[in-house]
Amino acid sequence: MTIKYKSIKEIKNMISNKEISNKEVIQEVFSLINEFQDLNAFITLNEENSIKKAEELDNNPSDLPLAGIPIAQKDLFCTKGLRTTCGSNILNNFIPPYSATVIENLENAGCISVGKTNMDEFAMGSSNETSFFGNVKNPWGKNLVPGGSSGGAASAVAAGLVPAATGTDTGGSIRQPASLCGITGIKPTYGRVSRWGMIAFASSLDQAGPMARTAEDCAFMLNEMCSHDEKDTTSLDNEIPDFQENLNSSLKGRKIGIVKDLDLSSLNDDVVEIYQNSLKEFESMGAELVDISLPHLSLSVPAYYVVAPAECSSNLSRFDGVKFGMRSEDAKDLEELYVKTRSEGFGDEVKRRILIGSYVLSAGYYDAYYKKAQQVRRLIKNDFENVFKNIDVIMTPTTRGPAFKIGSKGDDPIQMYLEDLFTISANLAGLPAMSLPNGNIENKPIGLQIIGNFLDENTILNFAHMFQNETNWHMYTPEGIIQ
Amino acid sequence: MSWETVIGLEIHVQLSTKSKLFSGGSTEFGAESNTHVDLIDMGLPGVLPVANKEAFYKAIRFGLATGANINQTSSFDRKNYFYPDLPKGYQITQMAQPIVEKGSIKIAVDDYEKEINITRAHLEEDAGKSIHDMFEGETGVDLNRAGTPLLEIVSEPEISSAKEAVAYFKAIRQLVTFLDICDGNMAQGSMRCDVNVSIKKSGDKELGTRAELKNINSFKFIEKAINFEIDRQIRLIENGECVVQETRLYDSEKNETRSMRSKEEANDYRYFPCPDLLPVIISDKELKEIKENLPELPEEKEMRYIQEIGLEESEAKIISSSKAMANMFEEASSKTNDAKLIAKWLVGDVSALLNKDNIEIDESNLSAENFGILIERISDNTISGKIAKSVLEEIWENGSNVDEIIKTKGLIQIQDESLLEEIASKVIDANPDQVATYKSGKDKLFGFFVGQVMKETQGKANPKSVNLILKELLDNLN
Repeated sequence: MTIKYKSIKEIKNMISNKEISNKEVIQEVFSLINEFQDLNAFITLNEENSIKKAEELDNNPSDLPLAGIPIAQKDLFCTKGLRTTCGSNILNNFIPPYSATVIENLENAGCISVGKTNMDEFAMGSSNETSFFGNVKNPWGKNLVPGGSSGGAASAVAAGLVPAATGTDTGGSIRQPASLCGITGIKPTYGRVSRWGMIAFASSLDQAGPMARTAEDCAFMLNEMCSHDEKDTTSLDNEIPDFQENLNSSLKGRKIGIVKDLDLSSLNDDVVEIYQNSLKEFESMGAELVDISLPHLSLSVPAYYVVAPAECSSNLSRFDGVKFGMRSEDAKDLEELYVKTRSEGFGDEVKRRILIGSYVLSAGYYDAYYKKAQQVRRLIKNDFENVFKNIDVIMTPTTRGPAFKIGSKGDDPIQMYLEDLFTISANLAGLPAMSLPNGNIENKPIGLQIIGNFLDENTILNFAHMFQNETNWHMYTPEGIIQ
Repeated sequence: MSWETVIGLEIHVQLSTKSKLFSGGSTEFGAESNTHVDLIDMGLPGVLPVANKEAFYKAIRFGLATGANINQTSSFDRKNYFYPDLPKGYQITQMAQPIVEKGSIKIAVDDYEKEINITRAHLEEDAGKSIHDMFEGETGVDLNRAGTPLLEIVSEPEISSAKEAVAYFKAIRQLVTFLDICDGNMAQGSMRCDVNVSIKKSGDKELGTRAELKNINSFKFIEKAINFEIDRQIRLIENGECVVQETRLYDSEKNETRSMRSKEEANDYRYFPCPDLLPVIISDKELKEIKENLPELPEEKEMRYIQEIGLEESEAKIISSSKAMANMFEEASSKTNDAKLIAKWLVGDVSALLNKDNIEIDESNLSAENFGILIERISDNTISGKIAKSVLEEIWENGSNVDEIIKTKGLIQIQDESLLEEIASKVIDANPDQVATYKSGKDKLFGFFVGQVMKETQGKANPKSVNLILKELLDNLN
């Protein structure tokens, strides 16, 4: 009996059928993590506590929905008593005195937080190369990036070390690594999941979500992650549905929006072919393709790279060496304390974005950049509102191609920013969106993105689940297809 | 050359909410350093602010009382700058959409009244405190105050002298204390102000370059700082120099202002809408409720005191001038039927004691209950007014109970007429010369006999009775 590559659902069954004890599950997780150390998927492990919790569950079995399920937590969620670094040197020694609402929700549902996953520093990156703790490797190829910023999470799930992980998505940080690692991940509607205890990158865009092997597992986990949280005023108090409710609804007559403004010619031929095959698959299930226009979509990346850095430049001001986190050793006065701490504590990408953000907010530039970007954001939102009057979902490729080589885009931030071309608009509009595996290119997985209407996670999960019923792309692992 | 002074005030009023503007942390003053600080006040990674509606309600009261516009949708912005006592590296404030705009307040200076317009009043969080003198070579940071709600009240530059500035500050203080939105305690920093001062040639339309004087927290210093600054600016210009736009600090020990930072060195605060907070919406129902429950304001009190209680105008004005005074009057009045006598004593003896000690009535040992009973004891003839004065002085010293003092000191007024008659006769017998002079027509000497009786009774005799008895006895003498 092994839990490697098993889904949440499968592990749950194995435990309840007594095929495996809770302790054996957790022990295997840690031996797998150990075996696959070179992936560098984890920054901090929570082994002792996890085993203790598993033993308790063996003594007192629980019928909580996620009882005993090992979950890897992105190292951007504060975990009480467990180091939380956000992939940064500046938080190298930070042990939070409280836990994020997401962590509490999942742990209250019985899950075991086995460790904290590696990530791009402060979630700023698309390749997991900006982590202070070294880049994460893609289990599909040790010279490949796993994507980012939730790279450690994607790598750990793709390698079968854990059935699921938490991620966060500000411009594609769940969907892009899910695509590059061949797993399924969803970014819910902005406000579905509380941001309390999530270390902020860009507050108006950040949203947490699950990363797992299947859409079904994502739905299951999302049920436990979402809550209306009075500690987060941007958290929505709309009713939270059962996300598994519509998984098997028929797709007959349902409408898929195909964005005609999207220029697919710059994409790898294989990506286009895989995308079109998937659309055919949906047509064969009875769905209809409808051409739609999102005229301001091309402005997503520039608008995003104004709004996100602006918010980050302010959000990261608290890391100043005064109250927590690292403090430069040899500062002689206050000015030096700030300058040295922040120079030593932050990596280049974070500094780049703080600089961009400070610039676009500064007097005389605010109107030309920040204000304009917010106006563009409004237009993009309106575009989506219009098209969703007539369609159920929008589909695009998640990424422009499969995983690229570590270091191959290192010196060109613009190329790296374009990685998020297809994913960013959902964050700007606050819409739910997911990525699921829909093909392989030279044994490297690639994903399909499904964007849904505001609060309509259930429809995209439905489309994804039906696709996974009909295809087996989600069954592929670096070691071949699961039988 | 004659000069006109143009002054605008930014007053920071600490709102008396139980918890902070964005957290559940306590706002209590004087606690041990860093004990009223929760996760949010510390600005820990991952924490989020939640706006305290109570602060909005208090700000709205101020808006309503100054006839201002209430923005039922208001929002928060971030003001970004680095300082160790600013935990997040930004202050959350209302820049674009303040809760209150366009109000006004009346001020009284010497012999004239003037209306000062209020540009805006917005909510913001206070910073912590940097403590520079406690640790050798190091600065301490106390975050107890961090996140305390402030209402920043910005006046139009319509104030023309240091005196007017003080009158404006006093008017705002009177109003916020009456509205029960601030304790008005200046020593604890509950009210602080920044003053913008510029001068221009008389009659000039264009404003001169201004200097901003930071963080002044007493009436006296406002006046001194402004006057120093006016003189400085006039001297500069008359010497052919220029006033530089800058922030200046007032040093109360040296009575001078000095440059803190110039415009060039000023921070670019990079204001932008705070993405963690949605705009706060005040419903019509909430607004209506606040309106209906607005406390009685000084002018309304004054009118009521005159019309309903029958106080003299001058008494009503003094009593309604401060919340503490009005409270004392109203509470003490509930202990006795003689509200007018209460007023007389408040304006007279009590005010004299207050002036002597230079304190506010709520800082004294006199409680409303004790004061009410004291006046009641005068009305019911238990003690005379003269004795009451000495009782008041004793209460002033140690706060003892009126009836206790009367009892232990045996101060009860002598009402027994036969006893008084006996004492009066003794006095008359003992002073034949004075009696003769009195009888010869020196009516003024009557007071001498009253005084002697009072002396004999240690002031306890009922003066009315003494008058009657003495008159009768003396008149009946041949």
